[in-house]
Amino acid sequence: MFTLILNHLKMKTSILTMAAFLAINLMAAQTAEQRGLEIAKAAEEADLGFGSSMVQLQMILKNKNGQTSERSMTTRTLELTEDGDKSLIAFNSPKDVKGTATLTYTHKVGSDDQWLYLPSIKRVKRISSNNKSGPFVGSEFAYEDLSSQEVEKYNYKFLEEKGDLLVVEQDPVDPKSGYTRRLVTYNKVKGYRIEKVEFYDRKNALLKTLTYSDYKLYKDKFWRAATFNMVNHQSNKETLLKFSEYNFGIDLSEEDFSQVALQRAGN
Amino acid sequence: MKNKRIWGVLWLMGFAYGFAQDNDSQKVDHDVELELEAEYRYFFDAARFDGQEEHYPALSFRPEYSASWDKGYQSINFQGFLRLDRDDERTHWDIRELYYQRAKGNWEVSLGLRKVYWGVIESNHLVDIINQTDAVETFDGEEKLGQPMVQFSWITGSFGTFDFFYLPYHRKRTFAGREGRLRFGTVIDQDDLGYESGAEEWRQDVAVRWKHYFGIFDIGLSHFHGNGREPLFTFEPDGTINSFYPVIDQTGLELQVTHDAFLWKLESIYRSARAQDFFALAAGLEYTFSNIDGNGLDIGVLGEYLYDERDQLALTALQNDVFLGSRIAFNDTADTAVLIGGISDLKSSSKIFSLEASRRFGSTWTAEVEARIFGSIGENELILSNFRDDSFLRISISKFF
Repeated sequence: MFTLILNHLKMKTSILTMAAFLAINLMAAQTAEQRGLEIAKAAEEADLGFGSSMVQLQMILKNKNGQTSERSMTTRTLELTEDGDKSLIAFNSPKDVKGTATLTYTHKVGSDDQWLYLPSIKRVKRISSNNKSGPFVGSEFAYEDLSSQEVEKYNYKFLEEKGDLLVVEQDPVDPKSGYTRRLVTYNKVKGYRIEKVEFYDRKNALLKTLTYSDYKLYKDKFWRAATFNMVNHQSNKETLLKFSEYNFGIDLSEEDFSQVALQRAGN
Repeated sequence: MKNKRIWGVLWLMGFAYGFAQDNDSQKVDHDVELELEAEYRYFFDAARFDGQEEHYPALSFRPEYSASWDKGYQSINFQGFLRLDRDDERTHWDIRELYYQRAKGNWEVSLGLRKVYWGVIESNHLVDIINQTDAVETFDGEEKLGQPMVQFSWITGSFGTFDFFYLPYHRKRTFAGREGRLRFGTVIDQDDLGYESGAEEWRQDVAVRWKHYFGIFDIGLSHFHGNGREPLFTFEPDGTINSFYPVIDQTGLELQVTHDAFLWKLESIYRSARAQDFFALAAGLEYTFSNIDGNGLDIGVLGEYLYDERDQLALTALQNDVFLGSRIAFNDTADTAVLIGGISDLKSSSKIFSLEASRRFGSTWTAEVEARIFGSIGENELILSNFRDDSFLRISISKFF
């Protein structure tokens, strides 16, 4: 079809030339979207089969004056292919919130199911997952930044290739997202791992940049970064996530992501 | 009686420890914590009853210890409590939790003293029945005494979770002493309250609960059979008052629908005893405007209707009332949060306003402010009229070790 259009271009009719330009532009746009989606799928594919994992996480919050505060938590994840992943996050510090835990069932389509455990009164409360754009425990990470990244949650557009790096624009499907778009940089020779994400706010101004570093390969297949650094360009605040060794051998099951397990994690 | 209680605790502890010894030597994680709290309660109005004060400085200690092994599937957990207060009855200690727990596949068993919470409503807790209320601690009744139990949880994929409870011992409710505020004209000694059951506190009680969720619906159904947690007051024709813990059957329903930022809630119970049968219901909604300022500010609005067929005899005095409130969370690094609310009786003029605010300082200090204001309490209110001069302000500071 491309050669057909080129042949037509050789004709001197201006109307045809215009139509051809339009066709090329439309086709190029479609290709960019398809390629963007392909890259996102390739990244998902490369991470298939991890089963379950458990990791300790330290969160360091820095305000614009450089003062820091810390949180630590344990995160458990269960991979599911039919629907989105399940995750359980339990706080270890600060001590006054120790034992507070959340259980999330991600869905590929529609809102996630989420429960919160409050250890002081031993209460499990189903909470709304509506608040996507709000900050997670006062950090520069929004809830949507930390939820399971399912392919279905974005529309894609390939932007450019810089050596091994591929930049894809991702537009959130959910209108409740705090972003108009994200620019995600994938590394195609390292299992399509993500190197950087730039977040644009609802006014399409650059809001935050997330950089992944200290990558390590687990089980010869799964790339996991030990450091995430999120910088907010508008507030000049920063949040650093430090992951300890990932444990992929723990072999968690559905029962480890039940409300009973949520309470146990908060003990 | 106190000796019996301690004996019971030691028996359970030994049992739990015996279980723990069964296991092959694996890596054990130990965790020790202590919360030390200094509290000051100030009651604005002059005392209504003899012996009551206006200023109540107090201290509390909450030590915690846990040991877990077998990748966390087995653990021993302890949470103690000690309160020192001007009121001798509020000065008390308790073992909130001391239990052995084991989880395997689709079941979990817990043995010892535990706290268990049931329910979805914020302003009243009808369905919640496993633990006795430590009523001297807080006005909202959310502090509970440790309950001896064997709990067995069975998790099924398609049919939800079933919890079975065997409750071998009943704990009596705490009441303020002569020097304490928020009490009746007559000082109730907790030990003076008897039982309908001949087995008294050693009546062997049982409970079961089924909990499941379908999409946006979370549902809970429960039944309790045994010594009631609320004492019953009956009035004889000759004017004498009988107070005791009746043997009750209570069926409870919890329902929550979580739709977008709306939480629709319903809690209902039917309780029957030889002396009294009644129905109670609480229904409401919670809506959260999230991240209003783009900086994490969440403002939630709450509205709840509370009904109790016992009318004047409802110990909570929430027989036909409306609760309106707002929860403000700043989602800042200090976790600053404020809850304000008011309960208004639809028939009488009685109103209770409340404010609770908390934040963290540094990484190991927290501060809390609480105020409860009793407004235009009707003289005919059987329960609330005793508290009409008991509006108070409470400030507390906690240090975590």
